[in-house]
Amino acid sequence: MQSFDAFLAMGGYAAYVWPAILLTLAVLLWLAWSSVARLRRTQKSLKALEALGVERRPRRRKREG
Amino acid sequence: MHFLANPGRFVRIADRVLPWVSALAVVLVAVGLYAGLVIVPADYQQGDTVRIMYVHVPAAWMAMFVYASLAAAAASGLIWRHPLGFVIAQSAAPIGAAFTFLALVTGSLWGKPMWGTWWVWDGRLTSVLILFFLYLGLMALVEAFDDPKRGQKAAAVLALVGVVILPIIKFSVDWWATLHQPASIMRLDGQTTIHASQLWPVLVMALGFTAYYIAVLLVRVKQQVLASRLRSLQLAAADA
Repeated sequence: MQSFDAFLAMGGYAAYVWPAILLTLAVLLWLAWSSVARLRRTQKSLKALEALGVERRPRRRKREG
Repeated sequence: MHFLANPGRFVRIADRVLPWVSALAVVLVAVGLYAGLVIVPADYQQGDTVRIMYVHVPAAWMAMFVYASLAAAAASGLIWRHPLGFVIAQSAAPIGAAFTFLALVTGSLWGKPMWGTWWVWDGRLTSVLILFFLYLGLMALVEAFDDPKRGQKAAAVLALVGVVILPIIKFSVDWWATLHQPASIMRLDGQTTIHASQLWPVLVMALGFTAYYIAVLLVRVKQQVLASRLRSLQLAAADA
């Protein structure tokens, strides 16, 4: 690397290289973040219900004639 | 995969594994990007555009690898009624769609300066576009039923039928040779046509993307497991 400016210029192809790299990072970070955010929301509602003392019904066995 | 069959145990294992795969993903992608953008010299023909390869090729591999694992999970749900098979398949679809989208867009950004066009209806590009629509179709189909179990089952059947796209993508560059280059790394003759100094960052990035896939998949599957626990608690609360 000669200089930081040369690095940013990417030999004249900055308009193609940087969008490719940055879009990849943006999409992957967004997907990871939104997956974790969804998990946190579910955990929060689950905690709230469990705090109320709600318990799962025991599974009924199907018995047929 | 039987040790993962119990959803409660799956969540416990996921909690233990998650910090490590997440850290691994961050480190590998950071090393791979640094190598691809800084250490590797510009290509003698393609100049600095060759650096797009370090995100494009691993993303394209992941597009196919995620689909193969999604189909395997769907098959385990259909054939052996693995309790998490459908959940894993459903959770993998958006991740595969993201990688396929990235493979298409970064390929376009590489195609413009090197081929002179953003897009051609070439065999490879077209078949990968079909894979992208297949992922979107799977995601839509799961949601198209009132009963989530039926939606997952229908999507699992479509996922198995869709496996036919994988050999089509792989061999498209040989069957309909137009603009996209043929394979240079995984060749049938075993003679890789890329120099080792350019190859290793691709492999590091591919491992990093795989670790990322596992990490995000664990989070999404755990969310689904907890969501179904939440639904049954809500039903119990409504009964009481």
